[in-house]
Amino acid sequence: MAEPLSPPRLLPSGDSAVTVEFSRTIDDAANRRVLALDRVIAAEPIAGITETVPTYRSLLVHYDPVHIGFDALGEQLLARAARALPTETGTRRWRIPVTYGGEHGIDLEDVAKALHTTPDDIVARHVAGDYRVAMIGFTPGWSYLSGLETFLHMSRRKDPRLLTPAGTISIGGIQTGVQCLAGPSGWHLLGRTPVRTYQLHRDPTFLLEPGDAITFTAIDAKTFAEQDRAAEAGEFVAELVTP
Amino acid sequence: MSKLVVTSIGPASSVQDAGRPGSQRYGLVPSGAMDRLSLAAANTLVGNQPFAAAVEIGPFGATFTARGGAVRVGLAGAPRNADIGGRPVAFDSSATLADGETLNLGFARGGSFSYLAIEHGIEGEPMFGSLAVNARAGLGSPYTRPLQSGDELKTQAASGSPEHRIELPAAADAPIRILFGPQDDEFAEDNKKLFTDSEWKISATSDRMGYRLEGPVIKHRDGHNIVSDGTVNGSIQVPGNGQPIVLMPDRGTSGGYPKIATVITADFGRFAQISAGRPFRFKAVTMAEAQAEAKTFHELLRSLPDRLRGIEDFGLNIEALRDANVAGQAVSAMDAATWQVAVP
Repeated sequence: MAEPLSPPRLLPSGDSAVTVEFSRTIDDAANRRVLALDRVIAAEPIAGITETVPTYRSLLVHYDPVHIGFDALGEQLLARAARALPTETGTRRWRIPVTYGGEHGIDLEDVAKALHTTPDDIVARHVAGDYRVAMIGFTPGWSYLSGLETFLHMSRRKDPRLLTPAGTISIGGIQTGVQCLAGPSGWHLLGRTPVRTYQLHRDPTFLLEPGDAITFTAIDAKTFAEQDRAAEAGEFVAELVTP
Repeated sequence: MSKLVVTSIGPASSVQDAGRPGSQRYGLVPSGAMDRLSLAAANTLVGNQPFAAAVEIGPFGATFTARGGAVRVGLAGAPRNADIGGRPVAFDSSATLADGETLNLGFARGGSFSYLAIEHGIEGEPMFGSLAVNARAGLGSPYTRPLQSGDELKTQAASGSPEHRIELPAAADAPIRILFGPQDDEFAEDNKKLFTDSEWKISATSDRMGYRLEGPVIKHRDGHNIVSDGTVNGSIQVPGNGQPIVLMPDRGTSGGYPKIATVITADFGRFAQISAGRPFRFKAVTMAEAQAEAKTFHELLRSLPDRLRGIEDFGLNIEALRDANVAGQAVSAMDAATWQVAVP
């Protein structure tokens, strides 16, 4: 008999949303419970819920207080959380091409220096990782991945950059990430992928789902340029390894 | 086809509607109008759906010229001096620009955002069901950026329907109500008390992403870094410098600073309208109060069509009658047929 799951905390985010918090820290087990609750709510909807947003350690549930009150919703959420068992079945796995270093990964050399190793070693370690989309947030398609090996954990830059390129692959803290749109970032830029995790007139518009498994594969700059054109035309470029 | 040409406009002016909820799990923030009640009032004035796309006009003045036919507009939100070719136009009412006429809007008085709804709506290509501008994500229609002079908003010719005004409850000057949480336990009781007991001002560096507050420094119990989690409109996050930021409709979908409290739904539009530099206060309420207020606010939105009045209803509004006459619509106090308007 498995141990009963500890109940999450229900934290009000105003009168129209509730944060269902499984942990206060980045915790893979908590993230799996977040995604499990998200799946259970999708399978057994609660009238009045308008949108759910999975993050590392909590599920933000938006609802319409005209249709359901905080207490009634909280009861139903706790009941589902108690039944929402983390599972690996049905996990999709993507292989995402990345060109590392040079103009596409301007921090690779500095990261290698800071960690007393070579750029090639950093790339080898990053490519060897088995990652999972813990959450997507901040800007469209910005995918935060868990599973970065401890050796590559590095605190973020003191001075965040105001503009980093679309498709940037970076590391920050204990995470690595796939950034879709150009924008500000305080992470260390290792490379770029031609993959668009968000592309407006493509079906699907959003490529990755929270919970998807991710591995990276190194490509050269020439391949990047080719795949970048293909991706711009609407191809996924990312390879779906297992459905 | 009629169109409204933007002949001059200040910053922070864009096409907005109810936004595009439903994709926050992919990092796509809904955006949408800062003050939904005013958006709905402007649309109701010209017979549109309450959350049809309209022009959200920032604090500075703007001018619009009708081309290709007459254009009927509804004006609501922060009041301004307004005229069409010199004829005064009242806020919270509709008005029609003849082909070639220009609507002149002054600075916002007693608020930040005004809404200009266009009868029949603004033509555009919805993205995720919305025309709302989200410049960072490259979304919005007919433009994916704030409006600039020379932009054109296409619509259909004015119906010639009689003009209306709308009776709205007087905007309360009461404190902005908040619910503590989701991370109020990151703050000691005396700092929570400091938050609700102090006077605050909105910084001039605020925008549609967030309103920066100026006031006493709010201290965290232990550090200002939390693990990023989801945000809502009205989330009040406290970064390391202790000066809170209230997240607005163009916020990031997730944030990594502790959120001490959240502005209640019913007060969010009123909060969005507070001008930079004007002092205001917060007041903590209970969940039961906040949700009761959310229901009352929902009822107010539903009641908007019942709040329309004929603008020529001189018995209630002599000024409106005079304006209507000046506006060229012959209205006779003796002949009820000219001013008794069928109101939907």
